[in-house]
Amino acid sequence: MSANLATAAYIGASILFILSLGGLSTPETARRGNLYGMVGMAIAVLATVFGPRVTVAGIPYIIGALLLGGSIGLYAAKKVQMTQMPELVALMHSLVGLAACLVGFASYIDTSVVYEGADKAIHEVEIYIGIFIGAITFSGSVIAFGKLSGKIGGKPLLLPARHWMNLAGLLAVIWFGAAFVQAPDVDAGMLPLLVMTVVALLFGIHMVMAIGGADMPVVVSMLNSYSGWAAAATGFMLSNDLLIVTGALVGSSGAILSYIMCRAMNRSFISVIAGGFGTGGGAVPAAAGGSAQPQGEVTAVNAAETAELLREAKSVVIVPGYGMAVAQAQHTVYEITKLLRHKGVNVRFAIHPVAGRMPGHMNVLLAEAKVPYDIVLEMDEINDDLPATDVTMVIGANDIVNPAAQDDPTSPIAGMPVLEVWKSKTSIVMKRSMASGYAGVDNPLFFKENNRMLFGDAKKMLDEVLVMLKS
Amino acid sequence: MSLTIGIPRETFPGEKRVASVPEGVEKLVKLGFGVAVESGAGVAANFGDDAYQAAGARIVASAAELLGSAGIVFKVRAPDVEEIASMRPGTTLVSFIWPAQNPELLQQLAAQGLTVLAMDALPRQLSRAQKMDALTSMASISGYRAIIEAANAFGRFFNGQMTAAGKIPPAKVFIAGAGVAGLAAIGTAANLGAIVRANDTRPEVADQVVSLGGEFVKVDYEEEGSGGGGYAKVMSEGFQAAQREMYAKQAREVDIIVTTALIPGKPAPKLITAEMVKSMKPGSVIVDMAAEQGGNCELTVPGEAVVRHGVTIIGYTDLASRLARQASTLYGNNLLRLTEELCKTKDGTINVNFEDDAIRGLTVIKDGAITWPAPPLKQPAAPAKSAAAAAVVTPAKKSSHGHGGASEPASVKSLAITFGGGAVLFWLVGAFAPAAFLGHFTVFVLACFIGYMVVWNVTPSLHTPLMSVTNAISSIIAVGALVQVAPPLGAATANRPDALILGLAVFALALTAVNMFGGFAVTRRMLAMFRK
Repeated sequence: MSANLATAAYIGASILFILSLGGLSTPETARRGNLYGMVGMAIAVLATVFGPRVTVAGIPYIIGALLLGGSIGLYAAKKVQMTQMPELVALMHSLVGLAACLVGFASYIDTSVVYEGADKAIHEVEIYIGIFIGAITFSGSVIAFGKLSGKIGGKPLLLPARHWMNLAGLLAVIWFGAAFVQAPDVDAGMLPLLVMTVVALLFGIHMVMAIGGADMPVVVSMLNSYSGWAAAATGFMLSNDLLIVTGALVGSSGAILSYIMCRAMNRSFISVIAGGFGTGGGAVPAAAGGSAQPQGEVTAVNAAETAELLREAKSVVIVPGYGMAVAQAQHTVYEITKLLRHKGVNVRFAIHPVAGRMPGHMNVLLAEAKVPYDIVLEMDEINDDLPATDVTMVIGANDIVNPAAQDDPTSPIAGMPVLEVWKSKTSIVMKRSMASGYAGVDNPLFFKENNRMLFGDAKKMLDEVLVMLKS
Repeated sequence: MSLTIGIPRETFPGEKRVASVPEGVEKLVKLGFGVAVESGAGVAANFGDDAYQAAGARIVASAAELLGSAGIVFKVRAPDVEEIASMRPGTTLVSFIWPAQNPELLQQLAAQGLTVLAMDALPRQLSRAQKMDALTSMASISGYRAIIEAANAFGRFFNGQMTAAGKIPPAKVFIAGAGVAGLAAIGTAANLGAIVRANDTRPEVADQVVSLGGEFVKVDYEEEGSGGGGYAKVMSEGFQAAQREMYAKQAREVDIIVTTALIPGKPAPKLITAEMVKSMKPGSVIVDMAAEQGGNCELTVPGEAVVRHGVTIIGYTDLASRLARQASTLYGNNLLRLTEELCKTKDGTINVNFEDDAIRGLTVIKDGAITWPAPPLKQPAAPAKSAAAAAVVTPAKKSSHGHGGASEPASVKSLAITFGGGAVLFWLVGAFAPAAFLGHFTVFVLACFIGYMVVWNVTPSLHTPLMSVTNAISSIIAVGALVQVAPPLGAATANRPDALILGLAVFALALTAVNMFGGFAVTRRMLAMFRK
């Protein structure tokens, strides 16, 4: 296959990737979109393998590597629980980052392509940046994976003078970058490159360690973005437009997701990355000490009373949160939904953009439990309907239904868009205890007159509610 | 020492309610009180003596004996002279009193040396007090019953129907005053299928009217009518003229009018004139829920249903009592909640604590001394303020998904900075970068924009599949690894570390293959689950 033909195939692959992302605009077209992506990837790989840059000698290695990696990937995709999706995604980001690093190093020591003058400088800067981004993505994603899977505690690690440490790291990266570009040959350039890689790895670890559990949706989408930029940088390094286009698509997708997540929490991207939120003892909650503490009595109910409330309701809205994912309660939730809908109750779901640990996490869990997606609504779609709702059931969510975000300008979450569940006739909050949410903010909702608390493990309590409803 | 709660039979003619029901008695006993019930107290509300006995109450044959031995007396209506005389000094009485309307009664109760808690004197604006709010629970029962009475007197269906014999139009109901009773009436009438309209001088209740299935009819005149504490105030002359006009128009159009307009401490406003009654269709019904305070309709006869100009005008003053079982249950619950507040220690004794705003408001006489009216609470200012603050916060943040990011107009300053920065960046690139780089750079920038446009269209429910598919796509790095595995080598590459590069590239390829296959497969698995 000639070079021109390979380029044409790359253009086709780029278009298929764009169509693939475009297909995700509705669930109906999404499956076809995924197929486009697969076809695009197949075209890209085949065009490269049979293109001018790969000789026959490499084919066995290629087939071996693809078989090995592919079977691991397929196994993981088959076995993963939907509640573990955030972990899987984080882990996959780390692989992209590591691969970008390896390709960068290989490209640097490869002398088969010779550059001169400005081309050489640019090529080396590209390698340097590519490895830098790849290394941050790799170590950051590994830490994110650890936090999401519970292997590392969710609390942010706040080292003293951490911003200065980051700044020092950045200066070191620039300093060694200069040394790297000026290095006369590969051996002389290797040391600065390795030092920078180590700094970047530490930087990635430090960055994600400093971010609290509730900010994980932002981190995961940010790392998604980084993995795209790493691919784009690799494209520059290898002068390959397909990598550049694809990397840019993925990078901007992740950036937009991060932006949506930040807006859903009414926080700036910088403040999330700077970390420290959700500590319970950090700077932000301390500043909130002056705000009024909600006081009063909570009204606790048991499963039987909850079932009674649901039975008498005409419209029910269910607000799932991370607690539902932890308790694996989505199937029971759907059983209850099915039963109520069978009785003619209008049951719908309300999803806050940052519910769960990654964008769209709740939607996937509900889809797994076979909840039809047309009764799963976004916050903006359902907030206006809540005043006419008889019962809202909040399952394992806290900050996203906190009225303090609207009523209390001194609250740390003031201005964050929230689901206005307190406007419904009755709200039932299922929680394990009265502990505050990840933002470390007390929730005045619990003390509202029309609110009921159902304490206990979400799965266990919902099972009991289901039994009561059936009897 | 635990006290005995006495529940006498109501003596007021026609009163069917009772101050506590067996279910409530059981809970009172759990709080440590003894409960004595006069024989036959609950019969009119379908609660027999045996039910009370089963709940743990003692049945006492005569009212005098009961009142003479009880430490606390629960009643619905205010006691008559005979009942007052039977009570020992120091007894606590809980019932409706209406101290403003009944000053002599207040004097008599004080002279007897009682402590009196008037359920109608509850500071209703305290949200904590809502569970004890008997006025609200009675009013919502009355509102329901008003519609039932109207339906009984009305000669047609409420809901519109299409029958084989022809079309039946739905009844039109107009509710004057959307307080608790009015809202209950709106909900009941709407549930029966009628077209419901409602009016109130307080414009903020419009949403509640609509939420119950009613239509809010505005008076064509600008004036704010909230008088604090959930009541309306007297309106200006100009407003009243506009209001009369609106009522006259509604009277001509609707089949049923329910009036609930009350102004505290004053006779009920005359909203429906004789002229308006005359203009109504024959067979129409008016239910005047303000009959006890003189009525909202000029032709109302309190306590009776009369027919005037072909219109049935119902002026019953005992609407809640006509639903005696329900009313007794709710009233009993209100009293139970009050008892819980009075008896925090759960040992069968009570503490009339004046530090507690709700209890202070309720208590009209303490140990024979009149403590009514209670000092006013400083309330309505605070919620108004926080509502305003919320209003300021919310609109700025309320933006939708979709193209929100692209279409939100940025401030001129930040726009200028963005464009300025962009210009400098592009100038630098154009001035120093070689041609080959520029080509790639063009592709990169355009691809970023395409990605931006495409991804904003992704529905938020598919964000997780979006991440996993972009993950799979970013395995395109495999192409980078592929070209390094075994490139065609020229002559000038003698010292190329082939084995090392091959190792790195194959390892990278294996890593990206995990993503490539795993990413697409898991996306496929997820998308297969999304179904209607």
